[in-house]
Amino acid sequence: MPAVRIPPTLRAEVGGARELEAQGATVGEVLEDLVRRYPALEPQLLPDGELAPFVNVYLRGEDIRTLDGPDTPVGEDETLILLPAMAGGG
Amino acid sequence: MAARTHASSLLDLVGQTPLVELPRLSPKESVRLYAKLEGQNPTGSLKDRIAKAMIDAAEASGELEPGRRLLEPTSGNTGIALALVAKLRGYPLTCVMPANVTEERRRLLRLYGAEIVESPASEGSNGAVRLALELAERDPSFFMPFQYGNEANPRAHYEGTGAEIAAALDRVDVLVAGLGTGGTLMGAGERLRETFPDLLVVAAEPLPGDEVMGLRSLEEGYVPPILDVAKLDRKLLVSNAESVAGVRLLLEREGIFGGVSSGAVVHAALRVARELEEGVVVCVLADGGWKYLSAGFWEAPDVEEAMASAVWW
Repeated sequence: MPAVRIPPTLRAEVGGARELEAQGATVGEVLEDLVRRYPALEPQLLPDGELAPFVNVYLRGEDIRTLDGPDTPVGEDETLILLPAMAGGG
Repeated sequence: MAARTHASSLLDLVGQTPLVELPRLSPKESVRLYAKLEGQNPTGSLKDRIAKAMIDAAEASGELEPGRRLLEPTSGNTGIALALVAKLRGYPLTCVMPANVTEERRRLLRLYGAEIVESPASEGSNGAVRLALELAERDPSFFMPFQYGNEANPRAHYEGTGAEIAAALDRVDVLVAGLGTGGTLMGAGERLRETFPDLLVVAAEPLPGDEVMGLRSLEEGYVPPILDVAKLDRKLLVSNAESVAGVRLLLEREGIFGGVSSGAVVHAALRVARELEEGVVVCVLADGGWKYLSAGFWEAPDVEEAMASAVWW
């Protein structure tokens, strides 16, 4: 099953876990399954069923927004990284 | 014989930075790598371009007049660049910086005469942005250039960085730059795409340590108003350890001492270069490594752990 790394900001919603497993063949399916297992995540992660604008999701180190978005295929042994959108340096 | 020449102001020396090929770093002969050495700007980073552009634009529009004070959220480089412009143009400067930036930045800013307001370390750059917006709201004598939302930022990279690269090379297939405000990627990307329509714009972005992601909720996340992610072709996450490995590789192979984000750019550029059969990849190296020398990660057995609690770029 694919794994999902949880940022510190969302750990309170999942009992402190740093990494969880969720089922699905695409990024969208994995996130929907994650929200089914941990409904407390839904308002922050998938409000109105869409990925929240201040959340970035990475697969193999690449933002899914520059891949195929929620339709990006995910392998069984792969890990998604969730991160809050942060202002960069400068 | 070289022409005898001099500049009438340090600000006239902003931009026109060197572009150098990196033959020893390229993973294959058919891919040519180049680096734009932005550390060669007067205060040592590409932020000189936007500091000058933002102040010029604000003075031209009449928004910035003598007697006002400058305020800016920064992780360091923009503050140092603004400190130079502010000094030469006669404005006092206050910088809002996360408490966990390297000591060199704080010291440099103080030497320039800037005032520093610290934002909570755990909130990273988002905290600096939030606090600066609050301070500007409270005190109307502040003028805040606000690099995250100021169109003069990407414009400086359109007219400067991007135009300089386009003038220097006959072919560019990939532009790689660090993602901070998004100014370099948006501005230089747009300019280069005009000359090279098939250009790929690749962002290298930092994977922050857990300790600098202390937002209370994701709604405190921040996407700079000048950044349009749809205009990026790739957005690659680079860990602190990978960035430092990139810094070391760049120094070892090419003798270039870059900062942490330059290491990240090199890491991302090599990843893309390995996927290409042939082509030209240009890396924008934002600053040199000098401002990071005091940091504890150089000799640390676990680089990632040593870097987890600070803001690096």
